[in-house]
Amino acid sequence: MLQNLILNIDAGTIDWSRAQFALTAIYHWLFVPLTLGLAVIMGIVETKYYLTKDEFWKTAAKFWQRLFGINFAMGVATGIILEFEFGTNWSNYSWFVGDIFGAPLAIEGIVAFFMESTFVAVMFFGWKKVSAGFHLASTWLTGLGATISAWWILVANAWMQYPVGCAFNPDTMRNEMVSFTDVALSPFAISKFCHTVTSAWIIGAIFCVGVCCWYLLKKQHTRLAVESMKIGAAVGLVASLLAGGTGHKSGMDVAEVQPMKLAAMEALYDGGTEVGLKLVEGIEVPYGLSIMATNDPKGYVPGINDILNGYTTNDGKVEPSVEEKMARGRQAIEALAAYRKAKAMGADEATLNAQLTILNANMQYFGYGYIQDKNDVVPPVAINFWAFRVMVGVGCLFILFFAVILAVSYRWPKFLFGKRDITALPAWHYWVAILLIPLGYIGSECGWLVAEFGRQPWTIQDMLPTWASVSDIQASNVAFTFFLFLILFTTMLVVEISILLKQIKKGPQS
Amino acid sequence: MTYEFLQNYWWFIVSLLGAILVFLLFVQGANSVARSLGQTEEGRRMVYNSTGRKWEFTFTTLVTFGGAFFASFPLFYSTSFGGAYWLWMIILFTFVLQAVSYEFQNKIGNILGPKTFQFFLTLNGIVGPLLLGGAVATFFEGSNFIIAKDNLVDAGAITPIISRWANASHGLDALLNPWVLVFGFAVVFLARTLGILYIINNVNDEDIRSRASVRLIGAAVPFVVLFVAYLIHLLLKDGYAINAAGLIYLEPHKYLNNMIEQWGLLVLLFSGVVMVLFGIIYTIIRKDFIAGIWQAGLGTIFTVLALLLVAGYNETAYYPSTADLQSSLTLANSCSSEFTLRTMFYVSLLVPFVLAYIIYAWRAIDKKKITKEEIQSDDHAY
Repeated sequence: MLQNLILNIDAGTIDWSRAQFALTAIYHWLFVPLTLGLAVIMGIVETKYYLTKDEFWKTAAKFWQRLFGINFAMGVATGIILEFEFGTNWSNYSWFVGDIFGAPLAIEGIVAFFMESTFVAVMFFGWKKVSAGFHLASTWLTGLGATISAWWILVANAWMQYPVGCAFNPDTMRNEMVSFTDVALSPFAISKFCHTVTSAWIIGAIFCVGVCCWYLLKKQHTRLAVESMKIGAAVGLVASLLAGGTGHKSGMDVAEVQPMKLAAMEALYDGGTEVGLKLVEGIEVPYGLSIMATNDPKGYVPGINDILNGYTTNDGKVEPSVEEKMARGRQAIEALAAYRKAKAMGADEATLNAQLTILNANMQYFGYGYIQDKNDVVPPVAINFWAFRVMVGVGCLFILFFAVILAVSYRWPKFLFGKRDITALPAWHYWVAILLIPLGYIGSECGWLVAEFGRQPWTIQDMLPTWASVSDIQASNVAFTFFLFLILFTTMLVVEISILLKQIKKGPQS
Repeated sequence: MTYEFLQNYWWFIVSLLGAILVFLLFVQGANSVARSLGQTEEGRRMVYNSTGRKWEFTFTTLVTFGGAFFASFPLFYSTSFGGAYWLWMIILFTFVLQAVSYEFQNKIGNILGPKTFQFFLTLNGIVGPLLLGGAVATFFEGSNFIIAKDNLVDAGAITPIISRWANASHGLDALLNPWVLVFGFAVVFLARTLGILYIINNVNDEDIRSRASVRLIGAAVPFVVLFVAYLIHLLLKDGYAINAAGLIYLEPHKYLNNMIEQWGLLVLLFSGVVMVLFGIIYTIIRKDFIAGIWQAGLGTIFTVLALLLVAGYNETAYYPSTADLQSSLTLANSCSSEFTLRTMFYVSLLVPFVLAYIIYAWRAIDKKKITKEEIQSDDHAY
């Protein structure tokens, strides 16, 4: 699989670079969803204060904002590494697609980060310094900044999954943007954004409901617990329903542009029409996968072997085998090499055009030119299969959970929940809610495992594999920074959890 | 808008962000002397709470500086970050430590204790400016890298990596150049000077202000000495010029020539230096003058902006390679495509709007200076 064994690059460099990116991204995603989710909840709580002028809501808003602040700091700290890692660990990638990929990152900084960092300072320190309206606007703008930030980074990530709006320039040896709207408004990006942000709201909601249940268990701060729980559960129910809908759209996108990822998610080796959806091995929903992938019970879904060997879809579209793609990728690379050599030697236009014609005809398989063994294009199946199931399972569970919490909170419908008092349930009910917090995080991280493992071995789908994307650094260097970040982030996580728990125990301060 | 105009425009924007970043390093500078400015726990808290209301601006500017560089000059991003790995990793590492230190240090449940996080703030306060300054100095001193774009098509037994560092120390080699250290320490003492001026302005406490005036001299003198030494070295040294055929060669006194040929930059540099010196000296001699941060801050932005523009304008290679002269990065050979630069040009028109709300919010927060009473009564104080 690894062709590149000269100089500093070896299997270790690639694997450690992947491990480091995975580590930092997974850590970052522990904090971001809570930021996005709590932003909505604290925004609603402070809006209630603004509308009612009831000091209770101000105390509640400050309480959730304090927890938000502790978590926010970790999100910021872990985020800076991710942006710079594209350069430090994936330098070839940064040149090869930097013309497209850099733009969303820059826009994220200019548009989102400044909004977030400016108004979060007003939110924390402005209670006695600015008007109630300005403060409320600052609270919402903090959340809006975080959400816009998510938009642009997900545009960037979606582009890695589905590269659009670009063309290869043989003179500069890179891909260049030709349509900003295709990149910024890619349907893949829109689905990804909607699914990711709504899933983040679920984390905020389950965190809120879990904390409230802790207070009800301890019989403390009951009003804050009951009122916040109503908001948290409502946000959670809306978010989990939306996450389900957007998840289906994401699944269809994946089926269309990353069929190998879908096949790995389903451990589907031999596809076809009328394919069932496996719940677990041996139990399946008839037609389920065909419907999920194509919205049609008779839709064709290719399996891993079909993709390796080539297949024809229901509408007659022929997809070449991976070996053919590899051959065409090599032709593209050879034509590019010949073009550059000819140009350097001052060859005539006709010679250059001949090579460009070959290059353009095979460019869509350029990345396959770096593949030595066709089996290398198969992502890790077990991780994709199980991570997908955990994500979906947790999501479905949360729809039920939030619906029940809301029903009990509002005692509706009466014949079922009329006699239930949310403040006086058996203790184990509260413990279930509290223990669902880590489950929410596991489900959320599993979503990213599917997104990123499913794309392997590509950094950019079909365009550039990981081993042609890395920086020229010895593996030992990257291994060292990997452990450095592992120790640092783990220590900080422990401190953060400790502080959060103490703050929750301390409760709201009027 | 021609492609060349867009390249120059984006070099201006990146340089401006770099210059604003150096100004905002006052946060790091103040943190590096927090223990000496606030000799009691309460005093230190006032200093940390004062910088704690601004640290996110510095952090965000650093991130945006990186993002803007990536979008506009991706070959710099890939070559410098991937090559000078350790230099950038250490910078980032200290900024990560800083990002949690404010929020965590005085919270109950902080199992590492406040002193650990105060140490992190000091570490970031010294190492951050030193290495960022060192990284800027490499724009004039050169770095040890090779770029070969054809590596990408060396199919078969390929090494498809375009940018390579020519030694194993991955960026730390820059610190072996004494002039990189001179500039790096100049930035450390500049940040400290600005930090002290900021604290004088932002913290309303007689003890801290009187100690700050004394510490100001201790920071400003080494800054001026180191900066002047580097400026003389820069004006006398050979620079990396581009000839009509696009080849890079060493030109004697290139940076001096750049200033003479672009006299506007010379005026910008000179006025910047005068403003910095005015801010420092007037604060030292007039005990009731607390606005020195504004003169010195604007002066810093002018000075750094002029230096970075001198590094890239007038047919100059802004990121020279000492390993292979022709690998050096120029605005033309390292920039994004015309389409991307133009698209990003339109995005950059949002910047004045962003600056406007930052200034508005900053003024709202700073209406009242930091006092002991405020720290005690603010339930979000660090």
